[in-house]
Amino acid sequence: MKKIAMASLNALFARIAADKKLYLPIEKAGKVDFYEWSEGENVRLDALKTVKSAKDVFFPQVENLLKFRVEGKSIEINQAPLCEDDFVIFGVRGCDAKSFEILDRVFLVDPRDEFYASRRAHGIVVTLACGEPEESCFCTNFGVNPANPGGDVTAWIVGEEMYLQANTEKGEKLIAELDEADAKAAQDEQARITEIVGKLPLNNLNLEGFDGEHLMEKFNDPKWEGLSRACLGCGTCTFVCPTCQCYDIRDFDNGKSVTRYRCWDSCMYSDFTLMAAENSRHTQLQRYRQRFMHKLVYFPANNEGVYSCVGCGRCVEKCPQGLNIVRVIKALGVNEK
Amino acid sequence: MQRMMIDRAKELLASGQVNRVLGWEQGEHSWDRTPAFFDGGNIENLKYDGFCGPNVSKYLVGEVAKDGVVLAFLKPCDSWSFNQLATEHRINTEKVYAIGVGCRGKIDVEKVRAKGIKGILDIAEDGDTLKVHTLYGDSTVERKEVLLDKCLSCKGKEHKAGAEFIGQSEETSVGDKFELVAKLEAMTPDERFAFWRSELSKCIRCNACRNVCPACSCIKCVFDNPHTGVQNKAAADDFEENLFHIIRAFHVAGRCTDCGECSRVCPQGIPLHLLNRKFIKDIDELYGEYRAGAEIGQRHPLENFDKGDCEPSIVHERGGSAQ
Amino acid sequence: MTNNLIPMLGVVTDIRIDTPDIKTFRVEKIGGGKCFEHQPGQCAMLSIPGVGEAMFSITSSPTLKEYQEFSIKKCGCLTSWLHLMDVGQQITIRGPYGHPFPVDTELKGKDLLFIAGGVGLAPLHSVINYCLAKRENYGKIDVVYGSRSKDDLLDLHEIQTEWMKPENNLSVHLTIDRAQEGWDGHVAFVPTYVKELGFDPNKTVLVCGPPIMIKFVLQALEELGFKRNQIYTTMELRMKCGIGKCGRCNIGDKYVCKDGPVFRFDQLGELPNEY
Repeated sequence: MKKIAMASLNALFARIAADKKLYLPIEKAGKVDFYEWSEGENVRLDALKTVKSAKDVFFPQVENLLKFRVEGKSIEINQAPLCEDDFVIFGVRGCDAKSFEILDRVFLVDPRDEFYASRRAHGIVVTLACGEPEESCFCTNFGVNPANPGGDVTAWIVGEEMYLQANTEKGEKLIAELDEADAKAAQDEQARITEIVGKLPLNNLNLEGFDGEHLMEKFNDPKWEGLSRACLGCGTCTFVCPTCQCYDIRDFDNGKSVTRYRCWDSCMYSDFTLMAAENSRHTQLQRYRQRFMHKLVYFPANNEGVYSCVGCGRCVEKCPQGLNIVRVIKALGVNEK
Repeated sequence: MQRMMIDRAKELLASGQVNRVLGWEQGEHSWDRTPAFFDGGNIENLKYDGFCGPNVSKYLVGEVAKDGVVLAFLKPCDSWSFNQLATEHRINTEKVYAIGVGCRGKIDVEKVRAKGIKGILDIAEDGDTLKVHTLYGDSTVERKEVLLDKCLSCKGKEHKAGAEFIGQSEETSVGDKFELVAKLEAMTPDERFAFWRSELSKCIRCNACRNVCPACSCIKCVFDNPHTGVQNKAAADDFEENLFHIIRAFHVAGRCTDCGECSRVCPQGIPLHLLNRKFIKDIDELYGEYRAGAEIGQRHPLENFDKGDCEPSIVHERGGSAQ
Repeated sequence: MTNNLIPMLGVVTDIRIDTPDIKTFRVEKIGGGKCFEHQPGQCAMLSIPGVGEAMFSITSSPTLKEYQEFSIKKCGCLTSWLHLMDVGQQITIRGPYGHPFPVDTELKGKDLLFIAGGVGLAPLHSVINYCLAKRENYGKIDVVYGSRSKDDLLDLHEIQTEWMKPENNLSVHLTIDRAQEGWDGHVAFVPTYVKELGFDPNKTVLVCGPPIMIKFVLQALEELGFKRNQIYTTMELRMKCGIGKCGRCNIGDKYVCKDGPVFRFDQLGELPNEY
């Protein structure tokens, strides 16, 4: 266990940033998201939830895949570079840290996504325990421990000190220079967090029946109609979600060259499944159902029962009309009528 | 008021005058309100209180395409959107039974959180104060300090549409609604550019502003249409989202009722309504005061040319006198 | 290390006009030779930079050693652009994707019945030619193929001059939707014709065509006593990645690009009907 005074954190950030990119929760125009740190940024480690999750650093909202140059009938292909330099993402909460494991199950299984894999190989994750969990949090339902969130390094803020525990070799190297500390303060903090977590209103969801065995039963549940009726078909839930991983690939032609890029897509959008002749999910009910079936049924059916939700609660807070995955779990769950 | 609304809805459903009801119900937390549809079976779930911020009028576009009559509960500001949608023939008013419901401003829970209050378990309205019960202790908040931005430029307590009315309303405006627009106008172009760049660069292109907007009632948005060449769900460069919002503001100019939903739903808290309000202010100054949605059938100044109209670009370029 | 999202270059070395809206493109590596090996029923992502990328089934048989062919119907933006190409045009190609028809396992030794409508012959074309190349591995082979009109019958020349050769021992049953001058063959919709022909229900069926045709063919086959686990089809949904990650071509928990495009109807029956 290591420690550093909160007042000295800026110096630590400067030291890390000297030779690596460093991403932190930073406030810009009133909202906190993960941005690359530089001296003078308004770092907000106290903000529990960034608006967007931390997934951007491994799976950015927009990234270039390749560039084409076209001359007459000939084409030249230039692949965009893969990530080659180590970087640090600091202040990741337990839910977001867990989401990386879920994204790994998509992008690192054969055939591997090399762009994601290269970032994952070079990323060093410093997690931060959740000193003040919120009512919208329900991560414990999905095996997240907000008191001890893991990653390469786990950090706890206790009063004016930050305690850091390295969990991997990469993590050990990162915090090697810090002072040694007694583990007691961090252990007490874990116990304090665990007690608060026990009082969270959404920490006891019943997930029984959400699995591949009940696929058709869940799909055909008549409650989808009522659940989806107020859905605006916007992409807020998708874009703030740490586990939503669907993407689009598009070409941008600037007249001289063509850049093929990948961007996040939303299954809530009407053109997500649109083909030249037809659309396999043409109603908002179908699109809404797809999003939650994917997270709660299809994904676990293909991944040994692991759900594609980490209970971060961003959809609970951000859906413009108050629809979210908790409503779905409660409505379609076995003990709810 | 909630009791009266439920009872009245029951009567209307029982008499067959309406077939379904559009209102609000409770979400995950005691203060969460989500737009919802009711029939005789679940009408007791209807909620109406200080948390019913969402403007439900746009749902009527889809509802009037179905059989039967829908009973819609409209707050005073919602009634303006209703009129504008009817003006644009997106709502057949014969298929809607509108009941105006009283409003004294709706609460923005984000603003309660912004006061440093965390882990909210319950919020109880008690006159002009809110009693907030949290995981970390209890506190009270002045109601007027945490109203939605749209309530700070309230459209007035009068309903502009409705077959009948339930409850009393209060005007909740604070100061001049154009104050922030004027502040932006007073900036230098560089300052203004920097302001909008910093705000709009937060955009995650979720389209919530567009999808909730009662003026954005196109069946297929130009940005969703694969045949337009501008279809996009992410920016090819970092200026695109900025333009998206500016283009959208142009498209709703003269038709925006200033309902404020765009800013309410934005997950990044971008003050999008200020773009629209700038247009409203310009229209007021150039063509005389005009409020979209004040009544059904109005023609807005941008589609109502007369020879006395000034020509903005010329006026601005030549120091105020049109040639 | 190969990057799955980065395509290779191919060049169009021949273009055949099959019907008023279908052309067949021959694609080779730059410098000649096949871009990659494939199995019957597999697909590839073709793209024109700046226009888009989409999944197409590989029409030619893997037994063809020099090149691959794609029969493509002009339908949307990318396909319209492809139809404007001349020989010598470079395109990008990546693949092969998906599971093939089980030609060397479940189909081996069986009597086969191919049923196709319109451009739906394209994915089966590869399988039929594969079976003809390894004719001894299969029992009796029947092909029922129909289209809107005589002009819309894909590969008619090849069907008449190659497939119908007596040594192939393959019965072709052609039909068109409406009678027309110069056509003395059968006139009926494909499902009706299948019922009229009244096949023995011990055959294994491979069907591809418009969704509405598939639906009625399935009914016709069930009336004739076929079981769903004897019937294979190949699916098409919108795809972007081709490798089961972009999230849009799923039917329930199965991705058409990765787990399909070939499905047996008893498998599809256990999945939501979102296709």
